[in-house]
Amino acid sequence: MMNETAKLTVSASPHVKGPATVSGVMFDVIIALCPAAIAGIAVFGFRAALVMAVCVGSCVAFEYLSRKIMKKSVTVGDLSAVVTGLLLAFNLPVSIPLWMCVIGSFVAIVIVKQLFGGVGQNFANPAITARIVLLVSFASAMTHFPEPKSVDAIVSATPLATLSGFDLSGDLTGQIHLYQAADKLPSYFRMFLGVRQGCIGEVCAAALLIGAAYLLIRGVIKIAIPFSYIGTVAVFMLLASRFNLAFTAYQLMGGGLLLGAFFMATDYATSPVNLKGKIVFGIGCGLLTSVIRLYGSLPEGVSYSILLMNIACPLIEKATAPAYFGFVKKKKEKKAKEQAKEGAGA
Amino acid sequence: MSHPSPGAILKAVAKGRGGIHVAHNKITADCETVRMPPPRCVVLPMQQHIGAPCAPTVKKGDHVDVGQVVGDSDKYVSAPIHASVSGTVTAVADVKLANGRIAPAVTIESDGQMTLWEGLRPPKVTNRQELFAAIRASGLVGLGGAGFPSHVKLNTPPDKPIDTLIVNAAECEPYITVDYRECLENSWNIMGAVYTLAELLDLKNVVIAVEDNKPEAIRVLKAIADEDNDRGDIVKLMTLKSKYPQGAEKMMVLSATGRKVPAGGLPADVGCIVMNVASAAFVSRYLKTGKPLTSRSVTVSGDCIRRPMNVRVPIGTSIREIIDFCGGFTEEPYKILSGGPMMGQALVSIDVPLLKSNNAVLAFSRRGVGLKPQRDCIRCGRCHEACPMGLIPTQIVKYANKRDAEELARLGVSVCMECGSCAYSCPAGEPLVQHMRLAKEIMREAGVK
Ligand code: SF4
Ligand code: SF4
Repeated sequence: MMNETAKLTVSASPHVKGPATVSGVMFDVIIALCPAAIAGIAVFGFRAALVMAVCVGSCVAFEYLSRKIMKKSVTVGDLSAVVTGLLLAFNLPVSIPLWMCVIGSFVAIVIVKQLFGGVGQNFANPAITARIVLLVSFASAMTHFPEPKSVDAIVSATPLATLSGFDLSGDLTGQIHLYQAADKLPSYFRMFLGVRQGCIGEVCAAALLIGAAYLLIRGVIKIAIPFSYIGTVAVFMLLASRFNLAFTAYQLMGGGLLLGAFFMATDYATSPVNLKGKIVFGIGCGLLTSVIRLYGSLPEGVSYSILLMNIACPLIEKATAPAYFGFVKKKKEKKAKEQAKEGAGA
Repeated sequence: MSHPSPGAILKAVAKGRGGIHVAHNKITADCETVRMPPPRCVVLPMQQHIGAPCAPTVKKGDHVDVGQVVGDSDKYVSAPIHASVSGTVTAVADVKLANGRIAPAVTIESDGQMTLWEGLRPPKVTNRQELFAAIRASGLVGLGGAGFPSHVKLNTPPDKPIDTLIVNAAECEPYITVDYRECLENSWNIMGAVYTLAELLDLKNVVIAVEDNKPEAIRVLKAIADEDNDRGDIVKLMTLKSKYPQGAEKMMVLSATGRKVPAGGLPADVGCIVMNVASAAFVSRYLKTGKPLTSRSVTVSGDCIRRPMNVRVPIGTSIREIIDFCGGFTEEPYKILSGGPMMGQALVSIDVPLLKSNNAVLAFSRRGVGLKPQRDCIRCGRCHEACPMGLIPTQIVKYANKRDAEELARLGVSVCMECGSCAYSCPAGEPLVQHMRLAKEIMREAGVK
């Protein structure tokens, strides 16, 4: 059957490939972000959807344009820009002016991602960097957190901002009860469901956990970073509050910790690939977040912590390089040689 | 009470990290090995092994019989080449091999008789040295694909005493079933070899390793092992959880003994020898009959082959003839491999001779090979998780592109066995094995170890 001129394809082994694809991985992340997106819309209303749409749309557009202008292959199909757009929207308050969303997308895609060579090459998480740039440039718009379902209603403080006003050495339980009774601190149940102030995607702990479980089951992320990150924060908060569970629970569910730990700190490009590195990375994020929250001038420190650790990632990777199979430590080698010499001498 | 259970089945979980689950596709598992009729002619390249090439010992016009030496070398690390058909030598000239290299070869036109050479006698083997000499004379090289002369492998230096022989029947590559068939069809030979080797090499342990997806092979081997109680407990059957690359030597040693072969070392460094099951069965047959390695079993399979099966073929038969024997192609093949899909080699042409170390010929259509768009690495770390050697392929690629030999050495590229697990798992479709080879090349050039 085969004619003589037929061309056989020659390429390096392996000749079969697994089913995983980049767009498949990104699609899984999008699926995992859906519960939190739905919760965000449920909590903050239709405008949340609008913010997400603008962020995703402008991220994809910037990705397309920047690849075109740089004369590189168009990579919109890998869906990574969609993920970046969604994560950016998740990190913004619902009342944010839409043009700021566009600026954020520009920073995320063009400056952080594409100028450094595209997917996998960026040294910092695009969505987080964009959020910080917006926070620094438009502080008031970025810290204007409306109450759930009422975009123009009176603005009070986020749970974390309230907590940061507490006296750590005083009676924490008493203070928490006082504030809960005065409706200045949402109940645990409301915290868990996300009916509280905060950024669009960070509020609903339940939805974030469902998405995180999906990512873990699908093997898209490993538990190492979120576990060491959240674990470190939990331990730190317990110690700092002299084992006050209520305070610790608010700290864990409040702010962007869950969103950050499961969806942002686990970003492939900017976190270590090896297990030990991941653990060090997570602990680092946890320590920074806790210190910023308790002793810094800001109520929230997730973004800054992750950004700082992103920058430290190459160093961590180097310092925690795993031993490959049959790796013999230099010291051991030397010892063995010395022993051999002694043996020969004797 | 009966004995406590000699030949008891040792269960080993896939020790160590990494590895992948690949579709087995062992469609030829139930195909009894079919002997192929003598081909019209055979081409016997003078280098079918790792080591010194042979020099032809016959000239054009000579008549040869099956088993007669046609090429040999005076170097130790080499294995003689024997005529695989009887007939007339029609050429002693350079030919093109499957890997594109040119090598001298002896071409024999078959007379269709397959007359055995009358000089063949079972070797007299009573000690180590005689055993090694006999195995060298048999022309045996690793039949599992490595092609390393077996006598060299068995003859370990005195400062590296061997206590364990591992007979490798894991056959973790998809599609290939020759070793499995060997277990079913020649189980007595396998056991025979095991006992001979254990005695002559003074081994304390022999482990026969089979993946647990081959229950039939396990049953047959266990039955024989059980029958021979008086040998005590030296022979153990080990079932391995099927996972690629479970059959790789270093993985095998780790699973069977818990020992880790140091980087840059061989199994002998930790007292082990790993031998392919077909090689072992051959040793036993050779010691009985004195008939050298002139034919071997190959799995012919893949979605383009009309009648996938296992064939016993004279060495040197053209791959085209083997495929024709299996009914030819059902459609135009996209890729033809010699060896398995994970580590095999893509052929440029099918007009090349079958070598001693070729265990499979696979033909795939475009659908049969998983093609995916190649994108930029997303640093997902899947390659690192899949690597049984604990390497970080994505970083190796990075430093290979920078041609940084020092960093590559630090990352341990040299332990990469090119098993392909990383490339299989990569969602970006990066040709990682190619990068690993490049990285090794860079280190060689820079002279870094
Ligand atoms: S598996 Fe592929 S995409 Fe993932 S880190 Fe390795 S090389 Fe990069
Ligand atoms: S080919 Fe090399 S780097 Fe890739 S998985 Fe196998 S041993 Fe590891």
